This record gives sequence, structure tokens and C-alpha cells, in this order.
Amino acid sequence: MTMTLIADAPVDVDAEGFMTDPEQWNEQIAQAIAAENGITELADRHWLVVKFMRERYLTTGTAPSIRSLGKESGVPVKELYQLFPKGPAKLAAKIGGIPKPKGCI
Amino acid sequence: MSKKQIVILGGGTGGTMAANRLRRRFDPDEAEIHVVDRDDRHVYQPGLLFVPFGLAHVDEIVRPRRRQLHKGVVFHESEVEEVWTERDEVLLDDGTVLPYDVLVVATGVRLQPEETEGMTAAGWNERVFTFYNLEGAEALHGALERFDGGRLVVNLVDMPIKCPVAPLEFAFLADWHLRERGIRNRTELVYATPLDGAFTKPIASEQLGSLLAEKEIELVTEFNAGEVDGIGGKLSSYDGRELDFELLVTVPLHGGAPYVERSPGLGDALGFVPTDRRTLQTPVKPNVFALGDATDLPTSKAGSVTHFEAEVLTENVARYLADKELDAGYDGHANCFIETGFHKALLIDFNYETEPLPGHFPTVFGLPLLRESRLNHLGKLAFQWVYWHALLPGREIPGIGPTMPSTGKKRVPVHT
Repeated sequence: MTMTLIADAPVDVDAEGFMTDPEQWNEQIAQAIAAENGITELADRHWLVVKFMRERYLTTGTAPSIRSLGKESGVPVKELYQLFPKGPAKLAAKIGGIPKPKGCI
Repeated sequence: MSKKQIVILGGGTGGTMAANRLRRRFDPDEAEIHVVDRDDRHVYQPGLLFVPFGLAHVDEIVRPRRRQLHKGVVFHESEVEEVWTERDEVLLDDGTVLPYDVLVVATGVRLQPEETEGMTAAGWNERVFTFYNLEGAEALHGALERFDGGRLVVNLVDMPIKCPVAPLEFAFLADWHLRERGIRNRTELVYATPLDGAFTKPIASEQLGSLLAEKEIELVTEFNAGEVDGIGGKLSSYDGRELDFELLVTVPLHGGAPYVERSPGLGDALGFVPTDRRTLQTPVKPNVFALGDATDLPTSKAGSVTHFEAEVLTENVARYLADKELDAGYDGHANCFIETGFHKALLIDFNYETEPLPGHFPTVFGLPLLRESRLNHLGKLAFQWVYWHALLPGREIPGIGPTMPSTGKKRVPVHT
């Protein structure tokens, strides 16, 4: 784990740039991570997904899977891939300042 | 106290253990214990992995549910229609209404292959199989016997799934099986996962990352399967990638039991039951508890988890009925063997906070963790006996408690 500066704020990140402390997150940080990953402007639909991810993680301790996102965020799976082309679950987690979705091992 | 009614939905691993432990805990005049399940077939689910390879037969891994329950537990063979939490009653499919003082939800998961486009269309159980139920495992056994080379794709559609390591074990055993038959050189074995690696926790990934390459299994990552063409032999992902196959072994999407969705406030959108990760009480009402695969807990859906939960659950049902504060004792402890073929297996042990570490289990003199060994394989085989004769009856297993042991584990630095 290392400390880095994103949008002028000091944050803890893992080796792949996922934030490890969701409390350090803010919307400027989200914009900066998005830009770095090829999303120049976060639109309303992006925010909808990102905020859903965060809320779900903070209440249940797990980031939702693609399927839960498609069922519950209000954004269907095909659109999720248009919004976050490199893989919605992972990228939205990164932008939302929550740890990388993982398996048990 | 007056005689309490405890109703347990599900007579699988969790429901049976909970019923038997509670039966011992309460005198017959203190509590009546009811278990509901839709059939009388208790499947030793870890055995399903071996069926496709002819290493286990269906009749060796199924026993009557009734016979696993202690005397004095009432068994109802029926589907559950709905739970009325406001009235503290359960309506069964056969019309019976069971009132309860405490309800325990232990109905596990249901497979939902129909939720993936094309999966159950033409080709299902011909070229597209799952070994996650008896029928599928048996059909796949036939198909593997006829298999003569080509591309064999193993895919898990999305998390959460039961026994998250089982698809990987299947790939390892398939590699072994095909080598024994002398057709490995004309088989491409592919493991496709929605996660970004076969192993995603740093230490496991470092210790075991080379296993797939050693076994010449092609790894495809971040593959979210969206559509199956069982006739054309094509598995497509949402981001437009395609995997051709002769044989597809899939772990379909999982959801909770159908009645969970029909019962207001009981489950989430996938039918899993929101559950307190420490006490196993549910937020829907204080007299509703849940354990095992049916919950939404952020730990693995596995029998070992259910076993460790059962101890905390039994204690908390008793405390709830006695009007005492609940025990926040469950730490997410999970433990599982991972078959790697050639008479070897790995063992992992972890909880909510601690990822799988190397060392030994349960103490420094024990089974090796995170390392292939013959001893672990023997452990896995012996476990079936332990399951029927110690785990389900609710007996304590010496040295193995609900809390994850730390002695024997090595804290190793991760090299990134």
C-alpha cells in the first residue's frame, strides 16, 4: 500500500491504484481517476453507477457484481460496458474509491 | 418458559446442523423444532466435483434428509410459499401454516442458468454442462467419457457462487483426467473468469500464480459471459470477446430461493438474505436469523463457513429466546481444500480480515496451507465421513472451532 496524491488530496492506494480507504474519497478524486482511465467527463449515468457501487460497498462490505449492477443500479449491463468500456465492475470501483472486487483466494 | 416454536427453512448443511444443535440445546418440552425442505435428498455437495470424472457416483453422495435429523425434529417435505414476517408465520406450498418464535433461513442458493442468454437453449446438457447439481454432474460424466479432444472451456459466469474454488478444481482435475486418457495433447483447456486472475488475493496469487501455466491451462480474465451458443459452440462476453468450445463447463448465475423474493423485506434483488456479519441475525426482524449460502455475507458460500456459522447461530437463537444480548462472535472463518489433481490438494483458511496465508492448519503441526500436498488430498477424501458423522449431527471437531486460528500461519511480505 502506498500514499499518493490524487486531485491534490493524499490517498492510500494499492499496487493497481485502487483506493484502500473509502473515507478519503471525494468527487474531484473520482473525476481524476476517471480521466486517467480514459473517461474524460463523468456524466450523470456514470455517477449513478459509481455512487451505487460506493453505497453498496459501504453498507454490505462487498462491491456488487456486474449482474447486481445491471439489476439494481438502473443501468442495464450493455450500457454499463458503454460507460465503462474496460470492465464496469472494476473501473466503477476504482473511480468510486473502493477496493478492487476480489474472489476468496 | 412456554414451549417455543423454531422453524428452519432448508434441510441442507446449514439447516441440518442448526436443527441438530438446537435439538440438543433445548429439552423437548422447551422447544419444538421444524425443518422444511422441498425434497428428501441431502447431497454431499463437495462430492459433485468428482462425479464428472467417475471418481464418485451419485448414489454415494446422496442420503435422505430425514435421516440426518435428530429424533424430535419434525421434517416437512414441501416448497416454501412465503414468509410472513409481520405475523411470524411461514406458508408452505402444501397449505400448512407454521407459526414461529424464531425463524432460521437456510435454503442456500438456486442455480439460474436461464438468466444467461442462450445457456439453456439447444445444446444444454449436450455441449453445455454444469457440475453444480446431480443431474448436470452425471450428464457431464457421460460427455467427458465421449470427449475426444478439442477446446474445453471452464467458465464461472459471475460471483457470488458456491464454493468459489470449485471451477478451478474442475480445470485441474480435467487436466489430470485428460492426461491419464492420453488426449491432453489434443485438448485446449481454457479457464475463463470474470475476475482479473485465477487467484486475486495477493499472497495466494504469488504462491499459486504459476499453477495454471504449469498445467498448461489457458487463463482468460475479466470475461463476463453474456451469451451462449450451444449449437455453434461459442461463449460471448459483454465486451465482445468470443470463446469457441467443443465442451463448455459452466457455473451458472446463483440466486436465493424463490420464496425469498416472494416474501416482502426478506431478501435483496438476487434473493440473498441481508444478514448481520457477526451475529447472523437479519435486519428484517429480530426473530429471523440466517446462515449458509442463503445469506449475503461477504465470505465464501461454502460448507465450512456454514459449519462455523452454525455454532454462533445456535448460541444466538438461544440468547434471543432467553432475552439476552447476542454474541457477535462470527469472524467470517472459512476453510477449504482445493483439489489440484494427481492425488494432491491445497488447503486454505481465512476470515473477513485475513486473506489465505501459508503455514499449517490448525496449528504448526497440521496440514500445510497454500501448498500442494498428498496429505491435503487425503484430508479432502476423509472429509466426507466427517461431514455425515460429525458435522451434520452437530458434534464438535477437536481443534477446529468457529474462530480462525492464527498459530501456524505465516505472515509473509507480498512482493509487488
